[in-house]
Amino acid sequence: MKKKYLDIVLTMEEQKRIFEEKKKYEYPQAAVIEALKIAQEKRKWISKDVIYAISEILSIPSVYVQEVATFYSQIFLEPVGRNVIRYCDSVVCYVVGYKKILSILEKYLKIKPGQTTIDNKFTLLPICCLGCCDRAPSMMVNEDTYFNLSDKKIVSILESYL
Amino acid sequence: MNKKIRKPESHPLTWRLKKNNSPIWINEYKLKNGYSALKKSLCKMSPVEIIDEIKKSELKGRGGAGFNTGMKWDMVSKSKISKTKYLVCNADEMEPGTFKDRLLMESIPHQLIEGMIIAAFALQVHCAYIFLRGEYIQALKNLKKSIFEAYKMGYLGKNILKTGFSLNIFIHTGAGRYICGEETALLNSLEGKRANPRFKPPFPVEIGLWGKPTCINNVETLSNVPGIISNGHIWYKNLSKSVDSGTKMMGFSGNVNTPGIWELPFGTTAREILEDYANGMKKGFQLKAWQPGGAGTDFLTPQHIDVPMDFENVSKIGSRLGTAVAMAVDNHINMVKLVYNIEKFFSRESCGWCTPCRDGLPWIVKILKSLSKKKGKEGDIELLEELSLSLSFGKTFCAHAPGAMEPLTSAIKYFRIEFERGIKLK
Ligand code: SF4
Repeated sequence: MKKKYLDIVLTMEEQKRIFEEKKKYEYPQAAVIEALKIAQEKRKWISKDVIYAISEILSIPSVYVQEVATFYSQIFLEPVGRNVIRYCDSVVCYVVGYKKILSILEKYLKIKPGQTTIDNKFTLLPICCLGCCDRAPSMMVNEDTYFNLSDKKIVSILESYL
Repeated sequence: MNKKIRKPESHPLTWRLKKNNSPIWINEYKLKNGYSALKKSLCKMSPVEIIDEIKKSELKGRGGAGFNTGMKWDMVSKSKISKTKYLVCNADEMEPGTFKDRLLMESIPHQLIEGMIIAAFALQVHCAYIFLRGEYIQALKNLKKSIFEAYKMGYLGKNILKTGFSLNIFIHTGAGRYICGEETALLNSLEGKRANPRFKPPFPVEIGLWGKPTCINNVETLSNVPGIISNGHIWYKNLSKSVDSGTKMMGFSGNVNTPGIWELPFGTTAREILEDYANGMKKGFQLKAWQPGGAGTDFLTPQHIDVPMDFENVSKIGSRLGTAVAMAVDNHINMVKLVYNIEKFFSRESCGWCTPCRDGLPWIVKILKSLSKKKGKEGDIELLEELSLSLSFGKTFCAHAPGAMEPLTSAIKYFRIEFERGIKLK
């Protein structure tokens, strides 16, 4: 009965990948962050069902999965847009003018940080220094990092995700 | 002489790098003497000899704290708690203003891997992890490929170079929290928990990952190991112009002409880095203040710019070397607004474990916000000073809160007038 629940929530492929992750560690709990990331890849966010399914596959209490899921900024506990934009608001980007970049993003997307566009295409979030201060200001869209941002560049970057 | 030409005799970390910093894969790395230190270590040296060499080199940790690496290795290797031991590479680079490990991992990943294998052999560790920040996608790709190449060459896996030594290296990617860079929080995160720091002592060298002795070293620290083994501790010490051994990845960012990062001998002055490497401030910008090594280090002023960049000299003038990757603040920047930005970051990234940090930082942010809008109240500056005392060393569980206080207290010290201008006149 229990097994069935897991199978309904996570695909065989996802389960296989989580099993592979488990092998890297002495204790299965260590795979929980990666499991959450795997499950989030297609779904874009982590629902209660996924939390229970991961707790089942790793044989750990669901509250352990929940407390991890609520802690890390890359795990989303509510739906986000198809593309997640993370602009760097750290000190060097501040000095070279991330605020201008942010205002262009806000104007173009018509949302504030933390929000998702009505058409569900973009979510806007801040991020900690992306380690490219020599090419600041910078931002990430999904897994792609963009450097030396300028007004013009931003619009064409966003359009490439439409 | 062009100061920027990298040579094997003077740039152990970066001499192999190509001009455009494109990655160096295994064949090129081997052609450029790569993995020869690994062969020397595993085939000609004993673990004790390797630890001894690292100890004599006086290599200090490059993550910011500057603890003697050889001593750390010695403690882990002598720990009797368990036969199973772990090596963890701290690659969770999130310190605002720091971008050195990213370059090392993206451009010369094999150097790190070679350093890790030598460290693991010296410590008799058979399982090592790279704790990589989740956003470093390119570093992840390059490290994965390099680890795969190293397995194929027989540098990883079972019976490495037929010496009977075995090692697996796994990459563990973080999920986005600054506090994971704190070594005990990193261990909790690696174990699949919330990244709250752990009580010290016991230190990770005794009780670390899953309760086993664990050696945690930064990317840059481990990348130094092959060079030291190949050329010896005397050569390594002589690279430096100061009491700290070797070279250091140092840089300047902000409104300078050519922001960047360079491998330089310890003791190079901040002025040299700013003027000769970063080519000075951009036209129309003047240096107003600078942070020597990341957002959690005290601000310094232009009068400090001739300081030799090393642990002792930077601390003598009231700051910390930190990651040694400096940031220039220019005359267009208001210090209150800048500190507001920094404290908002620290407040957002507090793990929430202890009250002074969890509640104190948002309070500080609130005051700074009103000061930055010129809506501050009489007594706000004194309140900030009082709060920063409550968040200083020893008052909180880890160094996050005291680190957050360094930019604040130093900004008030040097630029009090700007804070005073934030107070609304009645
Ligand atoms: S000082 Fe802050 S980050 Fe460190 S343990 Fe306390 S709450 Fe967490």
